Amino acid sequence: MSNEATLHSQDLLHHGTVEHGHGNGHNGHDHHHEETFISKYVFSMDHKMIAKQFLITGIIWAIIGAFFSVLFRLQLGYPDATFPWLESILGHWAEGGRITAEAYYALVTMHGTILVFFVLTAGLSGTFSNLLIPLQVGARDMASPFMNMLSYWFFFLASVLMMSSLFVQTGPASGGWTAYPPLSALGDASIGSKIGMDLWLMSMAIFVVSSLLGSLNYISTILNMRTKGMSMTKMPLTIWAFFFTAVLGVLSFPVLLSGFVLLLFDRHGGTSFYLSELFVQGKILPNEGGSAILYQHLFWFLGHPEVYIIILPAMGIVSEVLAVNSRKPIFGYLAMVGSIFAITILAFLVWAHHMFVTGLNPFLGAFFVLLTLLIAVPSAIKVFNWITTIWRGNIRFTPASLFSIGFVSTFISGGLTGIWLGNSSIDIHLHDTYFVIAHFHIVMGVSAFFGMFAGIYHWFPKLYGRYMNQTLGFIHFWITLIGAYLIFWPMHYEGMAGMPRRYFDYSNWTSFSQFGGLNQFISFVVIIVFATQLLFVFNFFYSIFKGRKLTTPNPWEATTLEWTTPIHPGHGNWPGEIPEVHRWAYDYSKDGKDFIPQTVPVSADESSH
Amino acid sequence: MSGFLAVLVVVLIFVVIFQIAKASEYVSILKGEKKSREQSNRINGFLMIVFLVLGLIGVWWCHDLLETKMLPESASEQGEGIDHLIKVTFIITIAVFVVTQILLFWFAYKYQEKEGKTAFYFPHNNKLEVIWTVIPAIVLTVLVAFGIRHWLRITSEAPKDAMVVEVTGKQFNWLIRYPGKDGQLGRKSFKNINNENNPVGQDWTDSLNHDDIIAPDLHLVVNKNVKLIIGSRDVVHDVGLPHFRLKMDAVPGIPTTLWLTPKYTTAEMKKRTGNPDFVYELSCDQMCGSGHYSMKANIIVETQEEYDTWLAAQPTQYAQAHPAPKPAVEPGKPAAADSTKAVALAGK
Repeated sequence: MSNEATLHSQDLLHHGTVEHGHGNGHNGHDHHHEETFISKYVFSMDHKMIAKQFLITGIIWAIIGAFFSVLFRLQLGYPDATFPWLESILGHWAEGGRITAEAYYALVTMHGTILVFFVLTAGLSGTFSNLLIPLQVGARDMASPFMNMLSYWFFFLASVLMMSSLFVQTGPASGGWTAYPPLSALGDASIGSKIGMDLWLMSMAIFVVSSLLGSLNYISTILNMRTKGMSMTKMPLTIWAFFFTAVLGVLSFPVLLSGFVLLLFDRHGGTSFYLSELFVQGKILPNEGGSAILYQHLFWFLGHPEVYIIILPAMGIVSEVLAVNSRKPIFGYLAMVGSIFAITILAFLVWAHHMFVTGLNPFLGAFFVLLTLLIAVPSAIKVFNWITTIWRGNIRFTPASLFSIGFVSTFISGGLTGIWLGNSSIDIHLHDTYFVIAHFHIVMGVSAFFGMFAGIYHWFPKLYGRYMNQTLGFIHFWITLIGAYLIFWPMHYEGMAGMPRRYFDYSNWTSFSQFGGLNQFISFVVIIVFATQLLFVFNFFYSIFKGRKLTTPNPWEATTLEWTTPIHPGHGNWPGEIPEVHRWAYDYSKDGKDFIPQTVPVSADESSH
Repeated sequence: MSGFLAVLVVVLIFVVIFQIAKASEYVSILKGEKKSREQSNRINGFLMIVFLVLGLIGVWWCHDLLETKMLPESASEQGEGIDHLIKVTFIITIAVFVVTQILLFWFAYKYQEKEGKTAFYFPHNNKLEVIWTVIPAIVLTVLVAFGIRHWLRITSEAPKDAMVVEVTGKQFNWLIRYPGKDGQLGRKSFKNINNENNPVGQDWTDSLNHDDIIAPDLHLVVNKNVKLIIGSRDVVHDVGLPHFRLKMDAVPGIPTTLWLTPKYTTAEMKKRTGNPDFVYELSCDQMCGSGHYSMKANIIVETQEEYDTWLAAQPTQYAQAHPAPKPAVEPGKPAAADSTKAVALAGK
């Protein structure tokens, strides 16, 4: 049966999930009388399997997206060097071993699209919402397992379309992940705006469908399917975070979809929603009266909530992991919930801070400054609460808790620069420079990845009944943390010097060419950090088959419900009755007890918090 | 061959790391979970402190190293306020950064798991939470107030006496139109555009157009307000003026404006920076296609006299579009010489 493993990534899952605790991997195939291979591993309706499908698809996308960044960092760091192997993988896109400007922009665009949507939205929220919502609220599965299955397969279809766009003759979309028209609307304006853009738009439209199917399910499961005793205020913070993430997605993704549909009309239907007064490739276009800025409003009405869709699940995971490993309750539970709620509301009211230099009405701009900087208040509360959570704790350093501490560190660093960019006067200077790249990569790229890594290391035993290798996890953490700061910290300075982003080559600019050496250094670190991520990927897949086996169902001595299931829970999660909940999720080190699971009734002599 | 060797070395390093990791896992099983956890806690706790100390030194060192590569002081009056705001925000945020990072990594080190120690059950404290809600709120209010005040100042209507220059973006260069002696730009429509002799689509029936001049570089007069009227022919571009700390999108179909007051001529800036090759550059700051990175215009800030001399020497776009079919009327020198005074009062 080990042969099958190499056939297909879905098969990989097969080995790790030998159910019913038989343990040694022999019986994985013996349950055809219950479920067929197809229904168990492919079109599965078990939320745990769907979580694995999202996770592994996300990991594959992450490798591709990160590899693209290595390719374009080679160009930025070594603009004069040639790499013959590039020509062998990219063909005429890297003639003579140097990637072309078109290829560079395609790589940048796909890097952004892949990581923002396919990895940090589907891969992060898709994995952990699916895995943890039923397990932590005490449900046998999602409200609609069928919709949940569709959610993954729409994501898969979106992935296939996006992947296929990499192989069309004119190349994938290359107008940036934001796809601003008219550049994205006119095939004559850019080679990447030909068929590659259509595939991009169709893929993204299907992605939105996937996201909506998932989110509606998450919301209804959390609201309706909590076990007995699990009032909303007894839920772990992970669930609160997934809940608000889903609310954000449901309310903002449809707006993005409408923006994309209008763009498709402009491309093929002869409409002028975004097009006006254009002269492209020697031709006067007939479009009049459209507004290119309208698209930006529609895009950023999702685009800004999107960064919270990415970061909230990471925040939830980090809150949970820090509490478990500090052996302390999360500090200020209600304030944490309140601040997630405040962030959710404010997320809808700040989108135009991406548009301060579009010619926006200055009076309107002033409101967006105020609302944007307001978000710093709930964010600050969360940071102080995390720090207080580890204060006087008894911290166990696992790879998960290390990544959680790393998350808090990068969230502070990246969050503080948000105060710069949210202030429109400063944004005028820093807009679209490397400062912005540094800001959002640290605060939602690196931080969200740290949250995701924390989640994977922490819940890997629940997913596969085995541990990941700890030492590799420690190496992975330290190199990634140090590397991330080395890569992105100096970029702030490049941005303050006005160095624009999305430039293929800086060598003929007198104002920006002084950073050649720094760019080379950054690219060098990028390669090392990328290699370290491969170490993680290896650890992940190796541990699915060969990792140290779990001997106890509750390896981290945590209070939450997912650890009351068997080591290999079947479909339905609990072999018997669903446990009843009597207390909140954070009774660590209370009354001299290391931890008290949520299922333990409150005793008469217990102090109340 | 060398590529093959490089791959081999990387693979070997991977194998070595993996073997070490595997071995340490076996050792930890032999030693017992508790023993090995104590050891990894000690190592990681120690690394927390090392990272904190080296990290803060690194932040300082990075600042020291890159400070010399920053832009010279703002070359526009509007940019001064922005620089000031950046400085204030920098001081506040770096202070918060240092304090919170020290607390985070110091706590992580100090409160690592130890035998016989128990964590402090501390679920909430309203007083503390109110403090760290109110203090950030106050600090942010101050920053918002200063920020908005300056924002409304620089985005205000340009002063009446500002000269007017039109900047049009196209893939992949800038077209800069100056009003001639009348100080006014003529009408234009995208329907009139042709690449041969009418790049911005001037309407030749409008006589205001007859003395307008189009050049690839942006010439500005020192200490004189200038209002840029910004547009685009094809996709969204962005007029980036890093030395002046300003920026404005160029959107097709929707003209935008930006005004500024240059403080130093290019020659003065060469002296101030001690760099004889110094040049102001106009960059495109909005992704506009495959040539985005090369979309550059030079900016020349000069004295009124130099500007007048330069402008007088430029042929009008009208003349280029209508190459002298009638030698009877002499359009050349005298008209151009006359225009200099009027241009100075452009925009009135």
